[in-house]
Amino acid sequence: MRGYSYGSRLFLPASEIARNQPIPNLLDKRLVIVTGKGGVGKTTVAVALGLRAAAEGKRTIVCEVSSQENTSRMFDHTSVGFHEVEMEENLWSISIDPDESMREYVLLQLKVRAMRDMLFRSRIFNYLAAATPGLKELVTIGKIWELAQLDRKVKQGRKYDLVIVDAPATGHGVGFLQTPRTFASIARVGPIHSQAQTLDRFITDHENTGTAIVALPEEMPVNESMMLEKELRDEVGVAVDRVYLNGLYPERFKKEEAEKLSQLVETENGAAKAAARAALSEYGRAKSQRTQLNRLKRGVEAPVKTLPFLFEPELDVEAARTLAGRLS
Amino acid sequence: MASVGEVLEGKSICICAGSGGVGKTTTSAAIALGMAAQGLKVCVLTIDPAKRLADSLGLEELGNEARQVDPALFEAQGVEVKGELWAMMLDAKATFDELIARQAPDEESRDRVLNNRIYQQISSALAGSQEYMAMEKLFELHTEGDFDLLVLDTPPTRNALDFLDAPKRLTQFIEGKSLRVFMKPTGLAAKVTGRGVSVALGVFKKIVGFDLLADLAEFFNAFSGMVDGFQARAKRVNKLLADPETCFLVVCGPQGEPIDEAVYFHRKLVEAKLPFGGVVVNKVHYPADELRAEVEDLPAALADKLGDANLAKRVAANFADYQALAERDARNIDHLASELRTSCVIRVPYLDEDVHDLAGLSQIDRYLFATAEERVEMAAGRA
Repeated sequence: MRGYSYGSRLFLPASEIARNQPIPNLLDKRLVIVTGKGGVGKTTVAVALGLRAAAEGKRTIVCEVSSQENTSRMFDHTSVGFHEVEMEENLWSISIDPDESMREYVLLQLKVRAMRDMLFRSRIFNYLAAATPGLKELVTIGKIWELAQLDRKVKQGRKYDLVIVDAPATGHGVGFLQTPRTFASIARVGPIHSQAQTLDRFITDHENTGTAIVALPEEMPVNESMMLEKELRDEVGVAVDRVYLNGLYPERFKKEEAEKLSQLVETENGAAKAAARAALSEYGRAKSQRTQLNRLKRGVEAPVKTLPFLFEPELDVEAARTLAGRLS
Repeated sequence: MASVGEVLEGKSICICAGSGGVGKTTTSAAIALGMAAQGLKVCVLTIDPAKRLADSLGLEELGNEARQVDPALFEAQGVEVKGELWAMMLDAKATFDELIARQAPDEESRDRVLNNRIYQQISSALAGSQEYMAMEKLFELHTEGDFDLLVLDTPPTRNALDFLDAPKRLTQFIEGKSLRVFMKPTGLAAKVTGRGVSVALGVFKKIVGFDLLADLAEFFNAFSGMVDGFQARAKRVNKLLADPETCFLVVCGPQGEPIDEAVYFHRKLVEAKLPFGGVVVNKVHYPADELRAEVEDLPAALADKLGDANLAKRVAANFADYQALAERDARNIDHLASELRTSCVIRVPYLDEDVHDLAGLSQIDRYLFATAEERVEMAAGRA
């Protein structure tokens, strides 16, 4: 077995670990990070995974880190903020705000009340907290870790079977997950060093933590998903368990039928022409999407699952429920 | 309803803003091409173009310098361009380094900043530096005055606020006002701020486990000679953004979420007193309203024409699905137009193929630069 030493621990190269692991069921993990480029449907997939796990009887929480309250909006719920709020049976949601996470972290670290109060009032503390590169990301990941603990650090914390993270868009995504390791190497001593190491171990623990990449069947998103998988495996060292290709059109028409319809476009007018055009457009899209699907399957190591395009006006919780049925 | 050409009349800067995944890069490139086609010398500043698009523009090695798209390529793809199209890819780190080199009073101060660990983190990783540098590059190119029009494709931000606030936040950080007061080793500041500060610093050091303050002190020392230059420059950049010659276009998709974000972004632009020009909505399903009467007996009519009842049923069902999406898009766009109190909402249809070459861009331009009547006609033709 090849390996390299990092401090006192023996690390296997991340890529090696990834290849040697069998693929466990995604929802049997404790933490699932849903990631991908902006606008590919990460929130919908995260919520669909949450609904699925909840239906299987798992106490599940979906965490948002962008403060956009997309999850609560999907459930037609008021903003949840930094609170664990129940959306449905077995399914909770929280929006992780870095300032609140920082506050909670300091509260857990400092037992003396007067000192905490002074600290929060201190302008310089707030300035330093804002200025330290990566600290916001670190405390956010810290909160995710805390939520996934069976022995919760916050008072009367609920125990969850599964934590699902609706991660920031690619670009921010990989850097975000790498923060603990970066921090562990900068802060060589002190509590944050060991805590950052704990977080890094947590993220790269293939048995308990997994990622799902969400992609769209278009050229750019497919390229980016292939690159993202490589970065997640080789640079972050996290397990990539699934790639969900979202928004796949059904193959409604065969080639001979398309030819027939092309003739109709030439000879007809009005609704018949418009309908034939729409059918041809769908045929062309479905075809080019299959090309992208095949490229994706060839380009990634993780199993690719497709999710259908939903011809529905809004992607609400019912849409996510439909997708939840198609996840396995 | 106006066209992009009318909105950008007499403008020298066009900033395309919006959330990720709505086709900002493609729209920026299409706008730049369309304006170049009309005879202007245009440069598009892009963040991360699709490889095939960059390739098709002959820009495999797109870098932090503007490069001209070879006019022969336009001819080859059947696109008529009277002006010039230039493109560059923004490299935030390289731009920041250049800026430091320009602002530093001497080589020694320059190297001190470039080698500082805090600087390296900020220039490559700190949220906002990419946005700030995009503005910076824009300002630089505008000052040089080589182009009639600059089109900026903005970086994907988590939300619109980041994009507008980032430059301010970054400048404030570099100024480091609140911190510099505390950093004088002796003197009045230490006394005034007293015990609280030293305790706060102690606790902070204990929590993060390294002497951040030493790095920060070094950073601000290195920057000390440049702060005024940075402030002055930031002011001029802000002035340029608010200039009537600048035009912000909001780019979005027709689904509910992107529309909400476009509304939010527009509000932020208005609050910041920045010049808003219009909205481009991409991937719109055009409705075929005038055909609604015929839709009722469509399956029967189609079965008759196709001689295949099963196929006719599927064609009709598919059409109904598209119409439902078209109605949703129309509803969302009406909502958008009324929220923004603008008539300048330009709809680009959901094209049959992804756009990744000049011909595709020029197809988009048919919609971006069409008059209202032309657009309606094209839409009806496509349905």
